[in-house]
Amino acid sequence: MLVADNRLVGPCATLLTLQYPGELPEMVAGQFAELQVPTAKVLLRRPISIHAIDRERNLVEFLIQIVGEGTQSLAELKQGDKVNVLLPLGNGFSYRTTHVARPLLIGGGVGVAPLLFLGQKFAAHGIRPTFLFGGRTEGLILRKEEFRKYGDLFMTTEDGSAGEKGFVTNHSLLMDSESFDRIFACGPTPMLKAVAKWAKEHETACEVSLEHRMACGIGACLCCVEDTADEGNVCVCKEGPVFNIDRLKWFN
Amino acid sequence: MVQLNTKIGSLELKNPVMTASGTFGYGTEYADFMDINRLGAIIVKGTTLNPRQGNAYPRMAETPSGMLNAVGLQNKGVDYFVDHIYPEVRKFQTNVIVNVSGSCIEDYAQCASIINTLDDIPAIELNISCPNVKQGGMAFGVRPESAAQVVSAVRKAYDKILIVKLSPNVTDITEIARAVEGAGADSVSLINTMLGMAIDAEKRKPILSTITGGMSGPAVKPVALRMVWQTAKAVKIPVIGLGGICSATDAIEFLLAGASAIQIGTANFIDPAISEKVVDGIEEYLTRHGFNSVQDIIGALE
Repeated sequence: MLVADNRLVGPCATLLTLQYPGELPEMVAGQFAELQVPTAKVLLRRPISIHAIDRERNLVEFLIQIVGEGTQSLAELKQGDKVNVLLPLGNGFSYRTTHVARPLLIGGGVGVAPLLFLGQKFAAHGIRPTFLFGGRTEGLILRKEEFRKYGDLFMTTEDGSAGEKGFVTNHSLLMDSESFDRIFACGPTPMLKAVAKWAKEHETACEVSLEHRMACGIGACLCCVEDTADEGNVCVCKEGPVFNIDRLKWFN
Repeated sequence: MVQLNTKIGSLELKNPVMTASGTFGYGTEYADFMDINRLGAIIVKGTTLNPRQGNAYPRMAETPSGMLNAVGLQNKGVDYFVDHIYPEVRKFQTNVIVNVSGSCIEDYAQCASIINTLDDIPAIELNISCPNVKQGGMAFGVRPESAAQVVSAVRKAYDKILIVKLSPNVTDITEIARAVEGAGADSVSLINTMLGMAIDAEKRKPILSTITGGMSGPAVKPVALRMVWQTAKAVKIPVIGLGGICSATDAIEFLLAGASAIQIGTANFIDPAISEKVVDGIEEYLTRHGFNSVQDIIGALE
């Protein structure tokens, strides 16, 4: 795919837009892509969730946190550069098969990435989702204005620089557990576990997108496993990355 | 038109390109990306007598020009393979070889005897070199006596082509190769992964749940090439070379060093269509250099 645009959108994050050659395949919010990294220093592809798509112009957006040499070299791609991409991979959120009226989309750090695509999907069906994002500080909560186009955005920061001070699970939005009928969450595992615990206690349906270390991305190498109640270790890349928390063995 | 076909004992391969066990699933995972039937063989995921959950996550760490894995032979056991996987993989128009592992000699032999009954599996690759399991695996493959013992037991239970996959984590790999040749192996494949380790300095913890893991990828290629060259001179049975092959040029280097066939492993994770490209690349090389057959370059190091 060709790079259509690539620009920094935060202190350590880039928004990479790629042009798909031809018509975009069917894609579900929560699915991801494996991007080949344009440097010989890095061997494996990088799994990156699909941030947004533009069906009219056949564009795919990736919100990438720059954490090491691989993501750094992706951030350095210039308009017109070529990137080898496998997409779409994995299973996304269940918004197409479950009835949801009052969705809560919780994101931590770069975990907000797939929630824009998901928010757009809800908005397209006349549902205004609620976004609840957490970060260490305001500057690390990415693309706030973009998310506000599709839903109401609430925040928590550890330093209190935006929204309420603390973690997402402490936010006053969650005082009334009846406000939401399904939670969709993506972010660091400790945050996901805290969200899942809240959801269990309040009997709210909850899906989480896991960020495990992957190699192949297609279920062949068995590196990115998560233990499940029904099938034991399964590949996050192929069976996930989105899991209903009822399938995970986080609470027993 | 150059001849790409090669042989492992009596097993005919349409070309010398195979995919390495544990890097190609059951082949079906890769069918969207390439024509599996163009390969000489595929070696499917390590199979054990009983189901195995494998090791805890994290199982993988990326290293410079390589990776460490500690999967630990996760698989649903040989009965599941026979009932659910075999009916699918037997449809491929290529040789499907099953990698067999175990934690004791009896398990290896029993697993092999079950696979012996499958008409469309012409060979097994005996894994006596997995570094990621506590019992069995590499423990058998690092001493000539124990390697010969497990191969002898499997030889009695299995009458088709028996390939034995060797560990590089030994002082002299040719000693092990000769021992398994003497015990009845039809071929040896090498190298399995090299024992390695990765540490997260910030957390002051090992990255892998098992602390150590098996290293693969381009970083191990020079070691693999040297061991294939040494082993090809030391045994009469055909040698299958693997370790860091990422291109047709890499594959040709192994053939020149004496390998009768090669396997592609970690490179499948980077380019899921790489093995088909290597077939094309070998053909192009033979044509460019005026060779009629791939046999002309096997062991043809000048």
